[in-house]
Amino acid sequence: MGLYEDKRKRTHTPEGYELLTHESGHLEYDFHWHLGYYWSKYLTEMRDNKRFMGVKCPECGTVYNPPRVNCGKCFVEMNEWVELSDEGTLEGFTIVRFPYIDPNNGEMKQVPFTSIWVTLDGADTRMMHLSNETDEKDLDVGMRLRAVWSENRTGGIHDVEYFEIIKD
Amino acid sequence: MGNRVGIIGVGQTHHAAKRLDVSGTELIAEAVTRALDDAQLTMADIDAIVVGNMDHFENINYVDTWAVDGLGAVMKPVFKVTTGGTTGSTVGACGYYHAASGLFDVVLAVGWEKNSESDTQAAIATCANPTLERDPFAGAIGPLATEYSMYMKAYGATEEDSARVAARDRNNALNNPYAHSRQAVTVEDVLNSPMLSYPIKFLDMCPRSDGSCAVIFASEEKAKKLCPRPAWVHTSVVRHDYTHFGDLEWKFMPTLERASAQAYKLAGITDPLNDFDVAELYIPASTCGVKWMDSLWFCEHGGAPELIRKGTFEMDGQLPINPSGGVISTNPIGATALIRIAEGAWQVMGKAGDRQVEGVNKALCTGFGGCSWSDVMILGADLP
Repeated sequence: MGLYEDKRKRTHTPEGYELLTHESGHLEYDFHWHLGYYWSKYLTEMRDNKRFMGVKCPECGTVYNPPRVNCGKCFVEMNEWVELSDEGTLEGFTIVRFPYIDPNNGEMKQVPFTSIWVTLDGADTRMMHLSNETDEKDLDVGMRLRAVWSENRTGGIHDVEYFEIIKD
Repeated sequence: MGNRVGIIGVGQTHHAAKRLDVSGTELIAEAVTRALDDAQLTMADIDAIVVGNMDHFENINYVDTWAVDGLGAVMKPVFKVTTGGTTGSTVGACGYYHAASGLFDVVLAVGWEKNSESDTQAAIATCANPTLERDPFAGAIGPLATEYSMYMKAYGATEEDSARVAARDRNNALNNPYAHSRQAVTVEDVLNSPMLSYPIKFLDMCPRSDGSCAVIFASEEKAKKLCPRPAWVHTSVVRHDYTHFGDLEWKFMPTLERASAQAYKLAGITDPLNDFDVAELYIPASTCGVKWMDSLWFCEHGGAPELIRKGTFEMDGQLPINPSGGVISTNPIGATALIRIAEGAWQVMGKAGDRQVEGVNKALCTGFGGCSWSDVMILGADLP
């Protein structure tokens, strides 16, 4: 059927049948993600004690936030927990202005929102979170940020509402 | 090192935002038929098939089973690989490995996607850790936009530098009949297009496309017998680097640096800017077309903006990048990185039509997946 033809603009078959699309309808199914020892401790500490806990690699010394059992580089188990500051440095940011479907709940994302990478004092890796600023003119790589804790904490990353700029 | 392998045929569909006229299987069959015809082979000549895409874009799983008819895989060994954005280049690498192993003589590698069948950003966002990172992660654009905010700060690159890359690739696509988006744009047009995710604007970013690509790899003996001018595979290197997004060194790109350094060593490349005649690079956003040039060893860290301002990578420049229009013009995701290999092969074979660079001896092809890993394949007119 015209394997070499440029058919990009076709809306009907050569015989005149309209080309059909079958809508799936709204698909929804639930997942149950198991967090294990490290992320359970990490998120519980955020919820109950408003503090960030990282882990340190015994070989390379990297302090990871978020924590996990293996250092990817050294492939050794990490058991040394390190309390991190809830202040840190803005490493990079983007202000998202295009809406898309949130795969976690099927709703359209509310825009604008600002995705950031922040390195908390005491950690070597960045964590991905949100800023409350939505104008690029108000943000600059290298700025100091502080976590704003949520009143109703449930044991998720939104126990920090966002990171705010520390004003001198 | 494996046996020598050459690419002897390439086929691709006319890529588009939406291909209503074909199912996934039929889209695949178009590319496969065109590749067989390009190599002047029939399906009887094919010993094994590798196929890849990203299942969650169509929500139809196991392409290795349901697309057997379109792949020509009835009663043949067929293998599926899927590695995110690099799926196409991994499919290419696996096609190469199969032929290089000596176990299969002629191997068909196929990548495809029908991005129009779902919400691409939602599907891509499922690659992020659902508990810790998915919510602030903004699809494919988020980390790329963020890394450029860092690069601009560190090295003084500008939004105009990335706009130059977007204009270059988009204007190159005018010479490619298969490209999805073919529009003449100026640097000003790019800068004035709507902001998607600061600092990436609409014309800086790749589209999502429906399309398929097929590449035929053959052992040295078969390649010499079947093809007057094969594109010889000089090397294929893959590097991954990911646990959490925040673990990565975003000011430069370690996977591309390591993969390309290893590939250059294996292929005897000492001066990439001069040793290559053309490059087909997986540049998903124009910002990557600035920052990642450092990581391909074309210059020191921070040197890319200067090269771009000088026109180094334009069609008439020292090293033309993306004569096809690149990913910014065409992006059927499971096929995208294989199209880089296909276009590189056609450049070496002298079959690239209006987008042909004259006298191509060596071509550099890359794949990007993420975030943030890299595949590199080097093709040449001479035996490796």
